[in-house]
Formats: sequence, structure tokens, C-alpha cells
Amino acid sequence: MKKIVVRFCGDSGDGMQLTGNLFSSLSAILGHEISTLPDFPAEIRAPQGTIGGVSGFQVQLGAGVYTPGDKADVIVAMNAAALKVSAMNKHYHDHAIVIVDTDSLTDKDLEKAQYKTSNPFEELGIPESVQIVPVALTTLTKEALKDTGLDNKSMLKSRNMFAFGLICWLFDEPMEKAIHLLEDKFKKKPALIEPNVKVMVDGYNYGQNLALSVNQIRLESPAATPAQAGTYTSIAGNKATAWGLIAAAQKAGKHLFLGSYPITPATDILHELAGRKDMNVMAVQAEDEIAGVCTAIGAAFAGDLACTTTSGPGLSLKSEAIGLAVMAELPLVVVDVQRGGPSTGLPTKTEQTDLLQALYGRNGECPVVVLAASSSANCFDFAYEASRIALENMTPVVLLTDTYLANGTSIWRVPKMAELPAIRPQTVPEELKGCFNPAIRDERGVRYWAFPGMEGFEHRNIGLERDAEKGTISTNPANHEKMVMARKHKIDQIADRIPELKVIYPAGGAGQGNEDVLLVGWGSTEGHLRAASEELNCALVQFNYICPLPKNTREVLSRFKRVIVCELNTGQFAAYLRAQVPGIEIEQYNEIQGQPFAVERIINFVKKP
Amino acid sequence: MEASQFKSDQYVRFCPGCGDHAICMALQKAMAQIGIPTHQVAVISGIGCSSRMPHYLNTYGFNTIHGRGGAIATGVKTSHPELTVWQMSGDGDCLAIGGNHFIHEIRRNVDLNVCMFNNRIYGLTKGQYSPTSAKGFVSKSSPFGTVERPFIPAELVLGARGTFFARTLDVDMPTTVDCLVAAQAHKGCSIVECLVNCIIFNNGTHAWIADREQRAEHSIILKHGEKMIFGKNNDKGLAVEIDPRTFVPRIIVVAADDPRVLVHDAAQPDPTLHRLLALMGQNRVENVNTDGIDDNLPIALGVIRNVEAETYDTAVNNQIADVRAKAKVHTFDELTATLDTWTM
Repeated sequence: MKKIVVRFCGDSGDGMQLTGNLFSSLSAILGHEISTLPDFPAEIRAPQGTIGGVSGFQVQLGAGVYTPGDKADVIVAMNAAALKVSAMNKHYHDHAIVIVDTDSLTDKDLEKAQYKTSNPFEELGIPESVQIVPVALTTLTKEALKDTGLDNKSMLKSRNMFAFGLICWLFDEPMEKAIHLLEDKFKKKPALIEPNVKVMVDGYNYGQNLALSVNQIRLESPAATPAQAGTYTSIAGNKATAWGLIAAAQKAGKHLFLGSYPITPATDILHELAGRKDMNVMAVQAEDEIAGVCTAIGAAFAGDLACTTTSGPGLSLKSEAIGLAVMAELPLVVVDVQRGGPSTGLPTKTEQTDLLQALYGRNGECPVVVLAASSSANCFDFAYEASRIALENMTPVVLLTDTYLANGTSIWRVPKMAELPAIRPQTVPEELKGCFNPAIRDERGVRYWAFPGMEGFEHRNIGLERDAEKGTISTNPANHEKMVMARKHKIDQIADRIPELKVIYPAGGAGQGNEDVLLVGWGSTEGHLRAASEELNCALVQFNYICPLPKNTREVLSRFKRVIVCELNTGQFAAYLRAQVPGIEIEQYNEIQGQPFAVERIINFVKKP
Repeated sequence: MEASQFKSDQYVRFCPGCGDHAICMALQKAMAQIGIPTHQVAVISGIGCSSRMPHYLNTYGFNTIHGRGGAIATGVKTSHPELTVWQMSGDGDCLAIGGNHFIHEIRRNVDLNVCMFNNRIYGLTKGQYSPTSAKGFVSKSSPFGTVERPFIPAELVLGARGTFFARTLDVDMPTTVDCLVAAQAHKGCSIVECLVNCIIFNNGTHAWIADREQRAEHSIILKHGEKMIFGKNNDKGLAVEIDPRTFVPRIIVVAADDPRVLVHDAAQPDPTLHRLLALMGQNRVENVNTDGIDDNLPIALGVIRNVEAETYDTAVNNQIADVRAKAKVHTFDELTATLDTWTM
């Protein structure tokens, strides 16, 4: 087999995210490509055993992996509710292997999960082609731990490790590496290492010795042709974002300042940066979203690489302050980890619905740079790029990621500091000492940055309109128009220094029979659109630079007869493209279900006559 | 240094007769007396008449958006604790739209010098009542009188565990300069409530004490370590009396030579007496019910509270320094070396 999709699901207290992450890391270390999708409820602990409390983790591994997969080939259901949710949402194929804990299918369990009969498999209408593997996970876990003296509750907490061991056996993954991973995971709680390792190994041996009625699955070793030789790891999007900011600060010779307020699904960036004091990161957990961005603006005024991290509702709250950073022309990185909206919406689900808010959601003519990361790993690259553009162009930059990228992991080729592009902050040249004002611009139209502590550059910055020459308050009508155009020009000129749009053709050459079709995506949908374009044998462009757009956008789009913009909203990027490159006929494919695309549905849409 | 070194080249646009002119001059004088060079000073403001102040000071300045000066100043000071950071704000900017940032900068004890100009009116938007306007106050947005209970700023400061509170009056230049210099000397969040007159929309709001004839009888200038004496003839003093039934303490006026006259201790950590002192006369000016406070008590000016506590900016920077001193990782390449990786 080239690739396979595995899904772990159980109660939110069953440790499914941990199990999924461990298995994904193990697979990645063994050289497989991976793409993961954590799928958990908003409730921290819904009532145990209920449908509302089911937490899932899906991973695709193998070669040519672009997405976590539409449907699972192997599924582990830790309880009756998880079995039900998987069946109802068709989380697995008709020929899937379903491993289920038979100890968790008692009448009481079935009742909690709102089954109407005592035969869950029949009731759910699971087709016969699905191979159900019943395992007494709970009993076997307790058996494994009977000599440890652990209490019942602690023993039950290790059930996920039995499942992990079993899955390792199913994929013939070596135990030594898995043990090493567990040791690393629990290094701060060494007492937990031994029991967890014991349960995992017993799970593995159970598979091996009792010869389950399933065959082991052999994944082909990954092709020895990775895009780039190098050192690799797997990384979640939020961590990659945090590290991109850290790397940019070091490259630019700036302190990194984060002003943030906890909000799902962006909070992990705050967690990561708050923990990186060793890297000289200053992370302020502010009193609210507005204070998050405002403390960052204060730090930018004082000469730091300043950023704020949030999700859609927080971006709304920050709007006025981002306008201030536009007017004051200060560098600022705003990370919006998009989630389902509007309002509180779907806090733990993914969506691409903040695009127009990022582009236009402020009072006045208020242009900012908008970037979007397109994989968990390249959150690093675009957090770095957002910092570079902000510092070199004295502007706020909004970086859009989303729940899918933030919580999901992908393979990251670990860069060295020396190979990252240079960052040249727009610090004022010494010759302007004594005659500086905040309206003085360079030949690109970018103003210079002077900050407190620099002698001879004292000035007053403002959110009011400023005189284009003197930099002081001005209400002159012609001056206002001049300044509006100057701020717009400053953003437009950035297009001269960003990469051109590249057309991605499916492996094996440009589409035969589908050379007229172009799929267009932006941000986090790249994996799904790649998978679809390979199936469809058609071309794809994926936008990371949203504002300004790459200069060859019109030229690329006009080469194709069918331009289909696919996005997880009602057509925000399509509307933007229609306005920015008028005259090109654009079709739309949209899903707004709080989930990543289902590749199959994209394919059906494109094929539909 | 000279006050003129802190004057910018901008024409001062406060209304003729506005109390802000006096505070502006007091700031220039105080900054000169403090003697920190202009490039080491950042003055941050929000929006409102008082928030125009940075334009008139020849330091680094940032006139930002309504209510957010406190958060922006927190960012400046925390990221660069070596700077001297002032915040200019008004009763609307600070206590209404910016109320959250105000209480949190105080709670965190960020080392800022905050001038809160209290004219008990929204001036720049042309005459609406503010959170400090007296109940029943008639304004454009309260044509039948407000029905709201006002804030007493000092109570808010103490409630947020403030370490420094001073109150001054636009027409009392020496006390204003003294309070500003003391605010800078105090390490922590120093709140200076500047009672200013809005000659256009709320003329005479502080007349009870601003009136030269009455000031000595109606106010007292508190000085740390000195007896609390006031009155035209310095014949009155302040003492504390405890109600034997309720144990509630209250301040009373006694003769200046009464042995019970209190000596002001601004450095006392317990805020009980500071609160009583700060509330004196507020029932009169704010038209609020402060039970147990005598109508005849003078309004306290000067530094009422001035206690030491660790500042947020110091604590944050110390923690980073401590972690870095023990850490094995300091650069990006060292950081990535800690990852579990494989090579292809």
C-alpha cells in the first residue's frame, strides 16, 4: 500500500489526541509522510460516554500524502459513542478495519450513547464488508497492569496505550522507537513511563501472539526521492508559527514581543512563546484582545518585532488598533488562526471565513498585507515572511492560518538560521538625526523607523492624519488624499518583492484531457486541492500572498478556460479575485461545514458536466 | 535641564483658559526637574483634550486611539523598561472606554506615570457627561440630568491595588509639579488625578477648591511625614475617630494643636486611611453618597498613597533573565537541535 488513513476516536478523556500524535510522530520518524487532523469537541469534558464527548484524531501516512484523508481505512473506537459517531459521519470506508473495545459496549454504555437496541453494529447498519475487530481493551489493560498496584482509575487511563501498541503491531512498526517516544513524552512524569510502556507492549504482543483475524498492513517504504534532502521533523501549525516569529526576530536582530489573549484555536502560539524565555521572547498575556494588540503596538513603537495572535472574534476586537498601526505606519504581525464563525461560532472547527475581515475589516482606507499559510509546516515560513514584510515595509501584516493547520501536523524540513532570507528593518539612517519626522519616506515609499532611546529622533506619532511633509497633524483635504494614496502605494509596491504565482501540475505532467481546468485555492486547502488535482489530472494554483497579489495573477488565470476557486466559505476569495483581476470568469466550489474539504466532493464537482 | 527643552515646536491648541495649559507647563517643569533626557522619555496618550499633550512635549510621543493609551504604554514600558513612560488620559479615556486597561495597568503595577485629567465632562466631543460627572448633572447627553452613580477615581485605584495615588489641581502649580516629580520617583504605576477646569463645557466644576478665597479652607495638601494641618490660618487638623458601635473609622476636623492630629504616612501599605483621606469632600463634588464622611472635610491634594511593590516590567524582564541564565538554548539553531528529527 502507498498510503493509509487511521482514525482514533473515543471519549475526550480517553487520550485520543495523545495516541494520535504519538502514532503520527512514530510514522514520521520511520520516514512516512503524514498529515493529521485532530477533531475534538469544544467541551473540555462532556459527560463520559456521550456522543457530545467524542474526540477524534485522524492521520494519513505513506507516500504522496497531502491531506489527513477523507475516510479512514483503520479506525479504533474506544467506546460505543465513538463507534456511533464514526458510523453516522461515515468516517471510514466500506472495507475498513474497525477495532472496537468490546468492554465498552455494555447496556449502560449503549444507553449513554443513545442506542435504541442492544446490537450496536446492526443498529448502525455497518456494512458486512467492514471488518470489525472486537478487542476487550479494558480487561486486557487491567490485566497488563494488575501487578503495578495502580488504582482502577489510573489503569483505565492507559487503555489508549493498549490501542497504540495494537496499531503499531498492525503496521509492523518497531517497538524500540515507540518506547523511546513514550519515554520522551513522559520524561517529566517518570512514574508513568513504566506502566504506559507495559500496556503498549502488551497491546503489541496481543496483536502478534493471538494473531488477530486481520493481516498486518505493509506500507511501502517511502520513495527515496524527497523534495529536498535534509533534517526533518513533524510539527503542528501553531508551533511552527511561533518558531517562525522567533527565527525572524533573531534574523532581524530584534526582540520578539507578543501581546495576546487566550482564544481557541490560537492559544497554543501564546503557550509556546510564553515558554520560550530562553529565546528572549517577551509574551504578555493581556487583559483582553484589544490590549493584546495594543501592547504589541507599544512594543513596535519602542522598536521591537511585535506581534499579536488571535482568532476571528479577536481580530474583530483588534480592528481599530490595527488601523492605528496602519496610520502610525508601525511594523506589526497579526496572526489570525481562523475558526468557524460568525460570533463564537464553531470555536474548535476550521473555516476560511476571515479573509474579507483581514482585507477590509477596518474603518477608513486601511490597507494591510495579508498572507496565508498552506500547510502546518509552512506556518513557519509565512510567520517568518510576515515578520520580514512588516519590518521592511513598516506595515501591519495579517497572517491567516486556521484550526486545521494550527492543530494538524505535517513534515517540516528544519532550516538553519544561515539559510533563511535576510531581514532588513527600516531603521532610520543616522544622517536624518536632528531633522527626522515620521512622514519621511524612502524611494519605495516606506517611512523610516525611529524609536525611543535614539537621541535626536524625538517625534510624535499619531493615529490622526499627518502632514505628508512635516509629519504633524493635518486636516488639509488634498493632504489626506495624498496620504491615503501613499499608504496604498506602500502596500502595492510589496508585489515587486514577493514570488510569482506558480502553477502546480500533477505528478506525471500537465493534464491530459483536463488542460483547460485550473483549481484555485488559498491557504490551508493546498493539500486537499493537490490531492484533487492529481485525481483530476488538472492544474492548481495555491495563493499564499493575498494582498498584494502576485504580479502574474492575471496572466496565470487567463491561461485556463475553467478557473474554479475552491474555499471553505461562501466565496470570499472568488469575490476578491473578481474585483482584483476583473474580466476572468470564475467558478466557485465552497464548503462551510467546519471541516477541511472532502477531496471526493471537489472531484465530483469538477467532473459534473 | 530647563522646562523649555521639553517644549515642542507645536502651537498649544487647548482652549484659552483651559486647565490643561497649566498641567502642560507643570509637566515641562517637572520633566526638567527630573532631568531625564528627552530621547529617553515616551509620552503615550489616547483620545480626548488631554491626549493632545504629547504634541506639546519635545520627547518621543504617541497620540493613539480612544482608551487604549494604558495598554500601549504597558507595551512600551514592558518591552523597554529603561525608558521613562508617561500616559496622558482623561476621565472618559481612562475611566470609561479605557477602564479595563486602567485597572489592569494598576493591578500589574507597570512603572508608568499616569496623568488622569479629570474635568468631569467630555470636552472634545463637545459636552457629554463622563463617568465622574455628578449624579443629576445636566449635559447634552443628559438633558434631564444623569441618573448614573459616578466613579471616585481614587477608589478605583485603591480597589485595583494601586501603589501610588496623588491628586492635584490645575491652578496649584507647585503641588502639581511636586506630584508629577513624586510620580516619576515612585517605581510602579503612579496615578495622578489632575483636577482641571473645562472652561467651555463645565466651567467651575472644581470651584469649591479652585476658588482662591476658599481653597485653604476647602482643601488640604498632604505631605508625607507632616501633620495634617489646613485652614486659612492653619488652625485645623485631621484626626481619626472610631465609632464605638460599628468600629467604622472616620476622619474628623480638630484644632491644629490637638494631640490627635494625624501625621501623613503615604508609605503605609494598609490602604484604609488612604481611602478615607482620598474620599474626603468627594460627596460634595461628586454628589455621591459616601456614608460617614463629613461634609465639612477638606478635599485632599498631594501624594495620598506611595508604597513600594515589584513592578510588572521589572518582574517580566527579571524572569526572562533568570531563565536565560540557566537555559542551554539561546539561538534558533540550538532550539531546532532539541527536536526529534530524522534525515532524508
